[in-house]
Amino acid sequence: MAAITMNHIVKQYGDGFPAVNDISIDVADGEFMILVGPSGCGKSTLLRMIVGLEDITSGDMMIGDRRVNDLAPRDRNLAMVFQNYALYPHLTVYENIAFPLRLAKTPEAELDKLVRDASATLELDEHLDRKPGNLSGGQRQRVAMGRAIVRQSDAFLFDEPLSNLDAKLRGQMRTEIARLQKRLGITTVYVTHDQTEAMTLGDRVAVLKRGILQQLATPRELYENPGNLFVAGFIGSPPMNFLPATVKGSTVELPFGSVEIPAERAERAAGRGLLIAGIRPEHFEDASLASDSVRTGSTFSAKVDAVEWLGNETYAYLPFEAPAEVRAQLEQLEKDLDGEGLRTQLVVSLDGSSRIAEGQDAEIWVDGRRIHLFDPSTGENLTVDHEHAGRILGAEVNSGKA
Amino acid sequence: MMKNRVGTIIGCLLILVWCLLPVAWIISLSFKSEAAITNGSPGFFPADGGGAGWDNYVAVWDNEQFRRAIFNSIGISLIATLLSVIVATLAAYAIARLEFRGKKAVLTIALAIAMFPVVSLVGPLFDMWRAIGLYDTWPGLIIPYMSFTLPLAIWTLSAFFREIPWELEQAAQVDGATSWQAFRKVIVPLAAPGVFTAAILTFFFAWNDFVFGISLTSTENARPIPASLSFFVGADPFNRPASLLAAGAVIATIPIIVIVLIFQRKIVAGLTSGAVKG
Amino acid sequence: MSAVAAPAKRRSGMSERARAENRLGQKLVAPAIVLMLLVTAFPMLRAIYLSTFDYALTAPEERQFIGLSNYLTALTDPLFWQTTGVTVLYMVVTVTIELVIGFIFAMVMHRVVFARGVIRTSILVPYGIITVVSGFAWQFAFSFQNGFVNGWLPFVGDDFNWFGQTGSAVVAIMVSEIWKTTPFMSLLLLAGLAQVSDDMIEAAKVDGATWTQRLTKVILPNMRAAIMVAVLFRALDAYRIFDNIFVMTSGAVRTESISFLTYRQTIEQFQLGMGSALSVLLFLSVLVVAFLIVRLFRVDLAQARQG
Repeated sequence: MAAITMNHIVKQYGDGFPAVNDISIDVADGEFMILVGPSGCGKSTLLRMIVGLEDITSGDMMIGDRRVNDLAPRDRNLAMVFQNYALYPHLTVYENIAFPLRLAKTPEAELDKLVRDASATLELDEHLDRKPGNLSGGQRQRVAMGRAIVRQSDAFLFDEPLSNLDAKLRGQMRTEIARLQKRLGITTVYVTHDQTEAMTLGDRVAVLKRGILQQLATPRELYENPGNLFVAGFIGSPPMNFLPATVKGSTVELPFGSVEIPAERAERAAGRGLLIAGIRPEHFEDASLASDSVRTGSTFSAKVDAVEWLGNETYAYLPFEAPAEVRAQLEQLEKDLDGEGLRTQLVVSLDGSSRIAEGQDAEIWVDGRRIHLFDPSTGENLTVDHEHAGRILGAEVNSGKA
Repeated sequence: MMKNRVGTIIGCLLILVWCLLPVAWIISLSFKSEAAITNGSPGFFPADGGGAGWDNYVAVWDNEQFRRAIFNSIGISLIATLLSVIVATLAAYAIARLEFRGKKAVLTIALAIAMFPVVSLVGPLFDMWRAIGLYDTWPGLIIPYMSFTLPLAIWTLSAFFREIPWELEQAAQVDGATSWQAFRKVIVPLAAPGVFTAAILTFFFAWNDFVFGISLTSTENARPIPASLSFFVGADPFNRPASLLAAGAVIATIPIIVIVLIFQRKIVAGLTSGAVKG
Repeated sequence: MSAVAAPAKRRSGMSERARAENRLGQKLVAPAIVLMLLVTAFPMLRAIYLSTFDYALTAPEERQFIGLSNYLTALTDPLFWQTTGVTVLYMVVTVTIELVIGFIFAMVMHRVVFARGVIRTSILVPYGIITVVSGFAWQFAFSFQNGFVNGWLPFVGDDFNWFGQTGSAVVAIMVSEIWKTTPFMSLLLLAGLAQVSDDMIEAAKVDGATWTQRLTKVILPNMRAAIMVAVLFRALDAYRIFDNIFVMTSGAVRTESISFLTYRQTIEQFQLGMGSALSVLLFLSVLVVAFLIVRLFRVDLAQARQG
């Protein structure tokens, strides 16, 4: 068991492209750390540098108090679960799990006990004599985990372990991994591109974009206080809405109308001209159902383009026109988030009992306290509460490029 | 649906007849007696009284030249196969796994040689081998067999090697293996079936060769079985001893049939991956 | 940034590691390259050199340089053109028939559920059998003295000599060639057939395509690469036809192929000069055939190699 400390880690390829650019993360002993970001953000490279499958261009990689930069993977005593599980097809499930112990020349009796413990934990007992080729996706996943937990390693590393499973199994295995990690209390670094996994599993989450650490914080902090446009857009599903906005006094002018926001927030964004407002879908409500809270928010009327009723909630889509200055920024953001730059529209999440229908003009209430305001040129969140936002790094590095 | 099924069954029968009828024929022929052959014995099966029992087989086996030829063929083919597969494994590993300059050139040369007209080399090789004393020796055949089986072996093997999930090598290293352990305990067991398949195909090629066999040998010193069969004349040069030849042919075919029976699946996989994908 | 993509990236970068990898790669392929060139390039160069001499092994002291005379002699000799014509005939007819039968076999093997192993094992028998043995089997089968073909074919007299004239002898040689190599063709086509997805065929069914339409508009176009590779390989192989001719007719009654002519000049008549010239011509004509096929059918060789 050990902490993992990454100190100004850089990974540069031959063509000078920095896949990982000056990243410092400290993973505490026993902590569950998530590395999250869209594809190409450097998260897998970073993980592979921890385990020793990639060379580190510069910086220090510490496991416990050992500097491991120059150690071979086998000398780092880490266990890793690969994206495609990397099970040995010629070995049985039993031998797959036993593989690291055999390499370590563990005595037969002890080995057998450890393998059987691991298989009991993961409910693999009835499959021990089968070959990986005959197992289902979920079973293979569990064998890969078995191979990781069977040895007394200093930390677990997961490289998108659930991406090959179907949605239902993914949910189950997610819970399983969380439970196992809590029980073993072992330091864990987990790479994913799925924000749901990041939110549900992590003690803390590091959000990466193009090799640069954007924000390092707890899931709640990320959700409530995203440091910049990118983090705000990446965390949350359905994603945060971004609208052109201008601040006048303590009101924000949005395409649909004006919304009253807390004076302290308005002050920080005052005098900056055109901004981008970020509002999460769930901070809207059907005005007729929100009467209790109306005093702290504003209502506006807009045409509903499409409605998706899910039973417990309803998504309504309201198209709007964005001015050119903002649209360029939003399109870039879409690209960064691996998304398709479709139309500009507002997604609002309403109560399931709402009767709003397609084609109607609807009265929508919005919670002004939860509106974030972003600088369109740097992407920085002007209204962030720094005390509850963990570490924010992306904004200043980004400002040059955006 | 019914019509499809009937069609498939007829197709299967057609394939079976196609493949096995000539084999049945040569076996049947090998049981006709020499006397019957000399007098003329048309018909698929030996006529009444025209059967020879095992006589032809005994006669062929008693023939010193034939025994030598079988021995030469087995020895030469096995050595050529072994060496060719070793050299091809190195090259195929490099092609499948490493980035290096000249990779395209290797594949192009291999492709060109696979299409090379063997006969056009026979003249100069004949001349060269006589000059350096390789004519009518085992190495004199082993060397060209290696060269001409290399393209097939390299393609087959690199197609197999590309399929190996090399991530496993890394997984093994994380699990605590040295590079050598990762190679021996994970990669070798995965690559072995491919290497074995390449070896079978290479062996077939060497066993089947005729052009080098008749051109680069002159005595039973190194003459392989196909060449020996074709030079087997018998007592009457104008009337070939068909049934004796047939018995020899059956004996020469037995190793192939045995290999096919045991390794059918591997051969099919190797042939198709080597030619279409490799 | 998946784990699979990472090694590929590693290759492009890490100049020191990349250089080491480059060196290792070249070291590993070196023995194969040397061996392949030793037995082909070097003798080929020597053949080009020898082809400019009037040089017979029986009279080595009379060897003299005659420039391109050997080529002139060969190219103006009707025998050369006649053998080339016969060779092309062998190639075109056998490959066409093999393609048709091979495709039928591939369809059957693709469909068959029961006895799959038996069918595949038997299809490998002709593939594995020595060509010389196949030649003997068919020679004796066609023989009027000891064979069964005349008896089985209703329109052929019992004493018909298949090897008595060019036409029938060529047919007999082709039968042996086709019998032996159709399985190889059908296995290549089977692999191609396996790459045509069932979904696509079902979609065509739903779209209302008849069986023939499915075959010509969906299956065959999607097997194009496999068919082309099979044709290229087999055509070049057939162009080099030698073993069957040697065994079945020894080149008699004008059944000689260009390979056989070359062999006879060099090994049987010891005319190394003329033989070498023919070797070079054979090599060039194979190149021409390969080029024509690649051009004519627009075979994508890169696809053939990379899959």
